[in-house]
Amino acid sequence: MAELLQILVSGLSAGAIYALAAVGFTLLWQASQTINFAQGEFVMLPAFFVLAGMTIFGLPLWAAILTAMVLSLLILGAMFKKLIVEPMLPHGTLPLVIATIALGLLMKESVKEFYSAQGQPFPTLFPQHVLDFFGASISVQDICNLIVAFAAIISLQLFLGRTRTGRAMQATAQDPRVAEILGVDVKRMVMYTFLINGALAAIASILISPVYLAKFSNGETLGMIAFIAAIVGGFNQIKGALVGGLLIGVIDNVAAVYISAEYRAAIPLILLIVIIMVRPQGIMGTSEGRTV
Amino acid sequence: MKRTYLAGVSLTALLMAGGAVAETVKIANISELSGPGAAAGTVWAHGVELAVDEINEHGGILGMPVEMKEYDSQTDPQVSRALVQKAIDEGAFALLGTVYSSSTVVNMLVAQMNGIPQFTASEAPSITSKGNPYIFRTNWGAQKGMPKIGSYLKDQLGVSKVAIAWANTEFGKGGHDSFVSIVEDMGLDVVADIPSEQGQADFSADVLKIKNSDAEAVFIYLTQEEAARFLMEATKQGLDIPKIGDSVLTSEKVIDLAGAAANGAKGHVALTIAADEPRVQEFADKFSERFGYSPDYNAMKGYIGAYTIKYGTEMVGEVNSQKLADVVHGLCLDADEYPGVLIDMCWDDTGEVSRESYMVEVVDGREQVSEVLPAN
Repeated sequence: MAELLQILVSGLSAGAIYALAAVGFTLLWQASQTINFAQGEFVMLPAFFVLAGMTIFGLPLWAAILTAMVLSLLILGAMFKKLIVEPMLPHGTLPLVIATIALGLLMKESVKEFYSAQGQPFPTLFPQHVLDFFGASISVQDICNLIVAFAAIISLQLFLGRTRTGRAMQATAQDPRVAEILGVDVKRMVMYTFLINGALAAIASILISPVYLAKFSNGETLGMIAFIAAIVGGFNQIKGALVGGLLIGVIDNVAAVYISAEYRAAIPLILLIVIIMVRPQGIMGTSEGRTV
Repeated sequence: MKRTYLAGVSLTALLMAGGAVAETVKIANISELSGPGAAAGTVWAHGVELAVDEINEHGGILGMPVEMKEYDSQTDPQVSRALVQKAIDEGAFALLGTVYSSSTVVNMLVAQMNGIPQFTASEAPSITSKGNPYIFRTNWGAQKGMPKIGSYLKDQLGVSKVAIAWANTEFGKGGHDSFVSIVEDMGLDVVADIPSEQGQADFSADVLKIKNSDAEAVFIYLTQEEAARFLMEATKQGLDIPKIGDSVLTSEKVIDLAGAAANGAKGHVALTIAADEPRVQEFADKFSERFGYSPDYNAMKGYIGAYTIKYGTEMVGEVNSQKLADVVHGLCLDADEYPGVLIDMCWDDTGEVSRESYMVEVVDGREQVSEVLPAN
């Protein structure tokens, strides 16, 4: 029982961070039909903003994180929309997907070239204590990661559901033409979505890098897991991305302990295949009809 | 007439330039400068670079400057194989690298087919057991260190149940098989046997399984970044049993990445800058000053590999791949006479290395030697 509890907490902690990245997939899809295959690199990059702030500019951790957050909003939010999405979107989804793949490669290779190809230690924000809870060793860091990730997603849900801007963003996601007729500034709402994605990516990066270490190639794994989580949970629902992320985190740990450490990486992919066959819209997703 | 004369002068100049180029000793380093092995490969490459620059500052090899080309294997065995062929095609008479055994077992066949000696950092037992007369280690293989680790676990720690966390790669499999065979022969019980994938980031399940296995010690046979992640997770979960490893576990890079989580880790190492040897300390100072970080055993291996090519070639008296390979088999180098090898070492007829070794422990973020063990 203690073992299962420990696996669940550890899995939920990792899963909540995957969920942050997965939410980014769903947000961009809803706002602009963008599938961002550079999402993994979006989570990799802010950690290097923090490290550069601390090692090159000598900033304290809090200031480096603040700077990384601002840079993430500018580069991963605003510039990504203005320089990649806006010029490519009129040419269709496929060219945009290819452009995001190219962007991911560029980001990865740039970090390797300008920072380092080696993994870097990353400071943790939380105490390294371990709590004994009914015989299970529960890490304070895991609990804090879980709380911060949940707080970010719940805040986002509240913002989208309870504020005028949030509702305008949802209207834009559902039907931009009708939203525009109703007086919503659609362009601004789409921009907000990209900024939120940049912020979520930065939070995910700061939470996961103390565990993964900051490394240029981290995006490969994170991007794949977040993409699977978004599909499993439902690509058109934020709560779907949350469920998908948590599920993948827990299943990964359970599989490694109770099934096979060698085949743990295959289990989320099997889940993905099953979901696509049984419920293509994802666990929490809704079916979308498209005219072809 | 004038045009013909000019053409003749130009041709002579070109030939002279060509002649000058030919008067260099070409070697190549193929290592993991990117990909999962970058931590180890970059440090090795820096060790090689330092040695080559020193050799050139002191007159090169047989009075000729060393021209070294560097290739990035991207930690991909097939890329490394292609690069070994490329290096040979470009005229390298001896090779350095690769570090990861998974790559070396593949690319050493190319060097063997071409009759080019290759000095590798790899430690998988299989490397020197395939009868390849052109492969030479710069450190002994895992199979030579395992009996010492087994004895340490049994006799000094009094352990009867042990867990092993190992990398599911050529390097890891070789070390795992040697370790399990030796400790079982000694009567120890392997109660948890946990493989992990290259580049694995989450070790929570691995540590949990070991924690629940009743193991009295864990042998950690992972590559650097994975070893650091394992130690951090072990600290996070309060895994309070001795953590024993080889050169990797207590290396500078692992200490740098794992921080305080590395404290208490113990390793059986062949090469360490904590060794009380003036030559090692001098090397560590030069390396730190040049590259801005402390070297580890991979840097020492790269340095030793480059100097072995120099010493071997000068013993032969000519730049000849076959003769270099022949002379290193059975060679012993005394570090007083050949300071580039740092510590006395010998190669047997399979390219395997013998030298003394150390038991070290990480204390306050630094390796400390607790025991010097004789060569075996």
